[in-house]
Amino acid sequence: MKKTILQFASGIALIGWALIVQADELNLRPGVTDISREVYDLHMLILGICVAIGVVVFGVLFWSVYAHRKSRGQEAAQFHHNTYLEILWTIVPTIILVLMAIPSTQVLIAMYDTGGEDMTVEVRGYQWKWQYKYLDEDYNRTFSFFSNLATPRSQINNRQVKTDTYLLEVDRPLKIPANRKVRFLITAEDVIHAWWVPDFGIKRDAVPGVVNDLWTIVPEPGVYRGQCTELCGKDHGFMPIVVEVLPEAEFDAWYASQASTEVVKAESFGETFTHEQLMAKGEEIYGTYCAACHLADGQGIPPAFPAIAGSAVAMGPRDDHLRLVIDGVAGSAMQAFGKQLDPVELASVVHFQRHSFGNDAGDISQPADVVNLSGGQ
Amino acid sequence: MSEVIHADHHDDHDHGPEKGLLRWLYTTNHKDIGTLYLWFSFAMFLVGGVLALVIRAELFQPGLQFVEPEFFNQMTTNHGLIMVFGAIMPAFVGLANWLIPMQVGAPDMALPRMNNLSFWILPFAFGMMISTLFMEGGGPNFGWTFYAPLSTTYAPDSVTYFIFAVHLMGASSIMGSINIIATILNMRAPGMTLMKMPLFVWTWLITAYLLIAVMPVLAGAVTMMLFDIHFNTSFFNAAGGGDPVMFQHIFWFFGHPEVYIMILPAFGIVSHIIATFARKPLFGYSSMVYAVASIAFLSFIVWAHHMFTVGMPLAGQLFFMYSTMLIAVPTGVKVFNWIATMWRGSMTFETPMLFAIAFVVLFTMGGFSGLMLAITPVDYQYHDTYFVVAHFHYVLVPGALFSIIAAVYFWIPKWTGKMYNESLGKLHFWLSFIGVNITFFPQHFSGLAGMPRRIPDYALQFADFNMLSSIGAFIFGFSQLVFLYVLIHTIRSGKPAEGRAWEGAKGLEWTLPSPAPYHSFTHPPKVTDAEVQG
Repeated sequence: MKKTILQFASGIALIGWALIVQADELNLRPGVTDISREVYDLHMLILGICVAIGVVVFGVLFWSVYAHRKSRGQEAAQFHHNTYLEILWTIVPTIILVLMAIPSTQVLIAMYDTGGEDMTVEVRGYQWKWQYKYLDEDYNRTFSFFSNLATPRSQINNRQVKTDTYLLEVDRPLKIPANRKVRFLITAEDVIHAWWVPDFGIKRDAVPGVVNDLWTIVPEPGVYRGQCTELCGKDHGFMPIVVEVLPEAEFDAWYASQASTEVVKAESFGETFTHEQLMAKGEEIYGTYCAACHLADGQGIPPAFPAIAGSAVAMGPRDDHLRLVIDGVAGSAMQAFGKQLDPVELASVVHFQRHSFGNDAGDISQPADVVNLSGGQ
Repeated sequence: MSEVIHADHHDDHDHGPEKGLLRWLYTTNHKDIGTLYLWFSFAMFLVGGVLALVIRAELFQPGLQFVEPEFFNQMTTNHGLIMVFGAIMPAFVGLANWLIPMQVGAPDMALPRMNNLSFWILPFAFGMMISTLFMEGGGPNFGWTFYAPLSTTYAPDSVTYFIFAVHLMGASSIMGSINIIATILNMRAPGMTLMKMPLFVWTWLITAYLLIAVMPVLAGAVTMMLFDIHFNTSFFNAAGGGDPVMFQHIFWFFGHPEVYIMILPAFGIVSHIIATFARKPLFGYSSMVYAVASIAFLSFIVWAHHMFTVGMPLAGQLFFMYSTMLIAVPTGVKVFNWIATMWRGSMTFETPMLFAIAFVVLFTMGGFSGLMLAITPVDYQYHDTYFVVAHFHYVLVPGALFSIIAAVYFWIPKWTGKMYNESLGKLHFWLSFIGVNITFFPQHFSGLAGMPRRIPDYALQFADFNMLSSIGAFIFGFSQLVFLYVLIHTIRSGKPAEGRAWEGAKGLEWTLPSPAPYHSFTHPPKVTDAEVQG
């Protein structure tokens, strides 16, 4: 009887262990890079050691609870120390720790090998989005873009069915090539964020005023998802990271097309747009960049996030409104959007704000006005 | 000299407490103040618990259901602050007040008026902090670790009240610690040498030194925040030449000893309880003392393991990884000693013993996950995920909190002169034990699967474990009302308890009648080997 119980228990334990090793939902992901797999192996090693120690220690404890109880007529022994035993259980754990430290040190040293990169991307955290800047060999920007949460508000507010990539989807993913060493320079604009892609086994804080670096080589093309992992304010839970790893040739083609669109885009800054064009573009930009704080109906969450509906700024002089959006408000959550949006986007979003939520300024904002105000940049 | 003064004052032996509510305001008696601390911490525990249930209700399902993200952040922040500074720490100070004079054979604490002040600061500090939740713009929303610049440049206006509240809590803690050190070092009965002190006294002596060392560091950090916010300094503002990372170094230089402040007295409590119910002397008394001292020392040189992802040089990462791993050695010694104390004992399993055994098992599990978190390269994957949440709740809830509950069940006969109802106590234990594991064990899994901390909404693959965790949280939360009932029931209609309420109980406090007299030992007791171990 006792034997069957023992067999049954060990069978359950084995199945449990197998489940932990295999199930995605229960364990760390092995990931797709060499580093992430080394990290996973290390995790399993340490977990295994802890489980083994736990089985022994708790086994002794529960045996004692079972056997050495008064109700079984047990007389209490009166021993209260044993020098050899005490030395033994100080030295043995120390040896185990040293054995754990050796592979840990090796993996850590491998992770710090940041040199010899094929390309560099600057990752910059903003409240509450990521900006990716592709840098050339001299660390000059070639082109950049923002990556915003793409999950619609209606899903978050339970008015629509949530999709599989709920909260883990963005409008423009970061694209990198497979099989090349990509170096990430990580920093932040406002508060501290953290950039993490679990499948690559890399995470680093994005700290304003500090540039951290990370690297990865991803052998498998695919889409990999992560999230901001440092509390960064209201929408900390809503700034995911999506990295699309492309085959090398495909990446090169995409990279070349992006670099040339940058030039074409600059030419549109001289164009004039109609009210309808500005409103349509502006509404889109407002939804992505403004609605998180000022809300979709422009009512804001005063006092931290003032209302735009009926505000003195949106009804006042146009250039003051443009300047406020371009330069932000120092010491508040209002960012300097001049760094994030291009003149077409800035002009249209300001125009939209001045002609929505009951506001009716009756003027028009053009990209050229933005270029003039921001010193022709 | 002190003998003479004592003799003069000791004619009025039945000098008892004043009547009416003012008793509690003016009291300088260690037992009254201990009672105030304990009830205050219990009230804060319920308030912090309600905030936790708001968090768990919101996380029951994906999507936003009950609260907005802005309010959610205020809940997580205040839950942490209230539980750490309002529930756990004052509860330990309350236990110290009640027990240390009785355990060292003293009539009262060394500095009774300061004792009154250090308690009465607290309701004002917490009243102020909690009132910020009702202010325009809301209360603290930057996490209990309040990293700059989220807590400075980007903080709500109410942050200044928060800073003042933290200053007050710090002042209260420092005064409490000075009092405890003065009592232990000066008021022990003749014959009670340092290496004969009960372990609860030893652990509190070391804890009090930790508090005095690190509370000023916290005060410095919040003062720099105050200057950054109001006087245009740039300690933590990168745009002005400051460094947000420096804030974290300062905070965790306070914060890591702080987490041991919340566990060392628990080690003392559990040592007393296990020895009592095993009816055996504690195994390895002196190695217990050395282990606590080693843990306290190590707590000062491991702080940056909270910051492995902040971007330190390799040598720094390695140093903090090795020093952190080292903590496992003295902690292991303690666990082995507890098990050796149980070994070949004659154990019974009254409620305090159940909580103490659960402490040993579940705290050790928190220790294992702590060891995993110490391994820097793997910590990158765990950092700021629910794995960390599971880890520190395992050491704080079935760790620190269970030890406090165990202490209440263990010493309440001494305090009230009455015995609690054993069946209700056991009911409370099993509900808490099951609730705590359903709440926090699944969080290991959601963390490993990649769920970040402090988010009000989450991706769909984390849904099952969050639902389970929320169910557990409600079981655990409501089972604490059983505890409240047990306490009231004991005080009002418990059966009378004997002086030595437990068969195997050793220590000077058990030589006093139950309830203990208002002034514990008016004459120094005789310290015999039968009562103290050395």
